[in-house]
Amino acid sequence: MSAMFEKLSMYFEFPFVRYALIAGVLIALCSSLLGVTLVLKRFSFIGDGLSHVAFGAMAIAAVLNFTNNMLFMLPITVGCAILLLMGGQNRKIKGDASVAMISVGSLAIGYLLMNLFSTSSNLSGDVCSTLFGSTSILTLDVTEVIFCAVLSIIVVIVFVLFYNKIFAVTFDENFARATGIKASAYNFLIAVIIAVIIVLAMNLVGSLLISALIIFPALSSMRLFKSFKAVTICSAVFSVVCAVLGILISVLYGTPVGSTIVAVDIIGFVIFYILGIFGGKRR
Amino acid sequence: MSLLLCENVSLGYDSKVVLSDLSFFVNSGDYLCIVGENGSGKSTLMKTILGLKMPLSGKISMGDGLKQNEIGYLPQQTVVQRDFPASVWEIVLSGCLNKSGFSPFYSKENKKRAKENMERMNITSLSKQCYRELSGGQQQRVLLARSLCATEKILLLDEPVSGLDPKATSEMYSLIYDLNKQGITIVMISHDIQATVKYASHILHIDDDIFFGTKEEYINSVKGRLFLNTKDGEE
Repeated sequence: MSAMFEKLSMYFEFPFVRYALIAGVLIALCSSLLGVTLVLKRFSFIGDGLSHVAFGAMAIAAVLNFTNNMLFMLPITVGCAILLLMGGQNRKIKGDASVAMISVGSLAIGYLLMNLFSTSSNLSGDVCSTLFGSTSILTLDVTEVIFCAVLSIIVVIVFVLFYNKIFAVTFDENFARATGIKASAYNFLIAVIIAVIIVLAMNLVGSLLISALIIFPALSSMRLFKSFKAVTICSAVFSVVCAVLGILISVLYGTPVGSTIVAVDIIGFVIFYILGIFGGKRR
Repeated sequence: MSLLLCENVSLGYDSKVVLSDLSFFVNSGDYLCIVGENGSGKSTLMKTILGLKMPLSGKISMGDGLKQNEIGYLPQQTVVQRDFPASVWEIVLSGCLNKSGFSPFYSKENKKRAKENMERMNITSLSKQCYRELSGGQQQRVLLARSLCATEKILLLDEPVSGLDPKATSEMYSLIYDLNKQGITIVMISHDIQATVKYASHILHIDDDIFFGTKEEYINSVKGRLFLNTKDGEE
């Protein structure tokens, strides 16, 4: 045990490990906040869809030789998120189909562009690391960490300020609209926040595993808690704890960061599920 | 001036007209029941009154100082709500949202209002319970308390008793009737013609030819007699 701590403290001498931990905790916190809303709105897969959009945007940025990918990816992903979430119930292509369409489309275009124009010799390696986020969180520099921190602080503040409105719009959009709440404005806000979170999360777990970061905390805490507030707080705590554990394990044993965090999330979900069954029986 | 006035309104989706040339009014304190076949446009009419949809032509106007956001609404249950993790307290309180303006949190008055309405609906003891674990009747009372937080003037109810057992149904009706006696105007979509004739003061029957008038006029009209008799025959 003490050998483990020694090893950990040795690793924490390196700034990049500390950055990874900071960024990881912030992203985990942000992504868990809106998870409940997304799962309930039947948009569980929007994380996956938007992350593919971000992947496509990243490929375009790479082809055009932009120095800062994040500044290019963010507006494109935000645009697609708004497109997906704003249509409401009256549009022609409905929720899951539109998510699938945008997701598959941008994945294909991203890969195509990378294939046609890439200068790198290790193409499949590049694609793999963008999709699975293998080590990119360990290569963050100071400016990226600050950028990430500022965005996540904004997300948390906006979420807290609009918490009641987000609840009302998610629970019953028609009632909110009928009683004079500007539901479409809040849907717009939710879409923007989600897009920002996803671009942030791409650095940590990569495109494919973002859905896990959004869904697992929400689903786990919905097993145990009965009020929206309790579920939200619990999923934030759950997500942060899993992220910290996942990063520590991956540092100690050299496993890929993203998949390790998701693995911890899965274990957490199973524990909560079992606790939920027993909790239900007691009553 | 009526609380709600519909003049020559046509309703529909895109350019397909579901309902045309509809005129009726609702005065303060009325109990209006809207009856009609499935697909006759009852729910569309309700959405239009709520301002969720625009009428294709004609005009819906509000009088007596009623504002668009002062219409309480009891919708039919949605899929989202069936597994939504929310406590009764949170849901009732969310009805006060249109009163809190730009403030991010609920004020003391909002909370007091929510508490009063929960007492009124006799659900104070359920406060901490999870919405999805309640019975159908209890859920409807929670949503009714939420509507009362949003308004004290007029309530629109979209088939409030669908899916309820007979006991809960009669409880729901008497609850709504009590609210009406307290001065709240009620507009209700209903399939239950017996209850309609029992409680309503006015009836709007949507069909190929539209009937609007008081309950007494309806019972004595050819259309009303026909509809009442066929319903009796079915049961």
